Amino acid sequence: MIMDEQQTVPAKRRTTAADYLAPNARALKPSGIRRFFDLVSGRKDIVTLGVGEPDFVTPWHVRDACVASLEMGKTQYTSNAGMPELREEIASYLDNRFKVSYNPADEVLVTIGGSEAIDLALRALIAPGDEILIPEPCYISYSPITALSGGVAVGIETFAADAFKLRAEQLKAAITPKSKVLILCYPSNPTGGIMTYEDWLPIAKVVEENDLIVISDEIYAELSYGQKHVSFAALPGMKDRTILVSGFSKAFAMTGWRMGYACGHPELISAMLRIHQYTVMCAPIMGQVAALEALKNGMEEMERMIESYNQRRRLVVKGFREIGLECHEPQGAFYAFPSIKSTGLSSEQFAERLLEEGKVAAVPGNVFGLGGEGHLRCSYATSVSQLNEAIERIGDFVKKLKNERE
Amino acid sequence: MKGAVTMSDLKMKILELLKEDARRDAELIATMLDVQVDVVKREIAEMENDHLIVKYAAVVNWSKVHDETVTALIEVQITPERGRGFEGIAERIYLYPEVKSVYLMSGAYDLLVEVEGKTLKEVASFVSNKLSPIDSVLSTKTFFILKKYKQDGIIFDETVGDQRLMISP
Repeated sequence: MIMDEQQTVPAKRRTTAADYLAPNARALKPSGIRRFFDLVSGRKDIVTLGVGEPDFVTPWHVRDACVASLEMGKTQYTSNAGMPELREEIASYLDNRFKVSYNPADEVLVTIGGSEAIDLALRALIAPGDEILIPEPCYISYSPITALSGGVAVGIETFAADAFKLRAEQLKAAITPKSKVLILCYPSNPTGGIMTYEDWLPIAKVVEENDLIVISDEIYAELSYGQKHVSFAALPGMKDRTILVSGFSKAFAMTGWRMGYACGHPELISAMLRIHQYTVMCAPIMGQVAALEALKNGMEEMERMIESYNQRRRLVVKGFREIGLECHEPQGAFYAFPSIKSTGLSSEQFAERLLEEGKVAAVPGNVFGLGGEGHLRCSYATSVSQLNEAIERIGDFVKKLKNERE
Repeated sequence: MKGAVTMSDLKMKILELLKEDARRDAELIATMLDVQVDVVKREIAEMENDHLIVKYAAVVNWSKVHDETVTALIEVQITPERGRGFEGIAERIYLYPEVKSVYLMSGAYDLLVEVEGKTLKEVASFVSNKLSPIDSVLSTKTFFILKKYKQDGIIFDETVGDQRLMISP
């Protein structure tokens, strides 16, 4: 076939590597967390509350199961959706713990971390121009992935005074004829906010009335303190409107394994599975073997870790309040999200000066979107002695700021 | 949420926190368990009185303090005494200051005795001069400890610390 010259030669020559980038990729900014990472890396004098992962190493029996499977030569691809026995175990785990029942044959997909599940769900759902509703402050990846797929992220601000819950009126106010997907992440990273059954009902109603579909990122589900987590998919009529995303990283202390899953309506899961099979084939078999062991024999150890987070949660909340920082009580995940508004500094300024002058690393709230400004994300997944040291240092720093103002 | 934990449950949780770090004070423990400080103080006092908590002692890695210390585990077979079983003889053994621990065991022997000395010779002489001559001791088997990796749930040479990135999303 003879090509038309005019179509094959670009109007302007591409001179730099960046000229070859697609507009969506070019528009993708590095996350605000990245900058702090660079500031902190290599520093030995810092106590860090910036780590978004458990301080436990994966329990030994889980690691051992993986080692044994390697010795037996389990190094192959698995079926695209994940090992059947793992999918069965995930389905029965979700049924036991959260009263949501999925058919392991066509409603469960094993992914590379919850992250891939979110990516797949958004890619499967978004057509260019669709509006994606995202309560904020929230985990940093939803908006960028939405933009990559040509969607438009619409943030919905939530507030400390309301324990960072999403309210039906706020949701309604953000809805337009283009609204399609609502992304939920409760218990919340970074706020530690949760949604109870009563909190959920009005949201479910709005979702129904407006024909929305929900991606519910429930990676912190097990890390709920005081009351059991209520899965959005378990609400009346919501199962078919929800893609439930979760994984092993947080509850089972398995971040580096990159093991997650998505559950939902067979037609949605099968579309996600198609993207998954063309892009990654399957999740690594080593991780799948380990995840299977975690589900079969890891519940007791998981409970022990959760109890330990809960103890430290009480410690940091009390600590922040005692040094004069307002701190709503986080009821899930392993983050406290104290307000630093009383210091008169912005989140960035506070976090940066705290690092330099107070020798404590934490993540400024503004990187998590609307409503995050004026807050600091502090992970309490670190040892009690480190937590006490951090709070003491932050206390001294806050005092110093106060003296400066007077 | 206060009072959600039953008494024995609470004692157990206090013990677990103290076992991790015996220097944790009542106030810290009260915060971590969401109970009143007075309650924690009372529970701890009770456990001290009842000898549930025997002592608050440091776990020392003695091999770092003086390398030459020798520790041996000795399997001891004995004839129980009428009426007193193993108690009297166990006491005669554990009262020696060089004896660090004594356990009554099931299986091929009766008591497992941990003995510490400055030299191999010192331990050997304890066995031949003090332990073996006891009337009801039938036989002893001495095993010297070459290296302690883990004791009471505490790993001595944990070289890898926190391996996480300092900041992550």
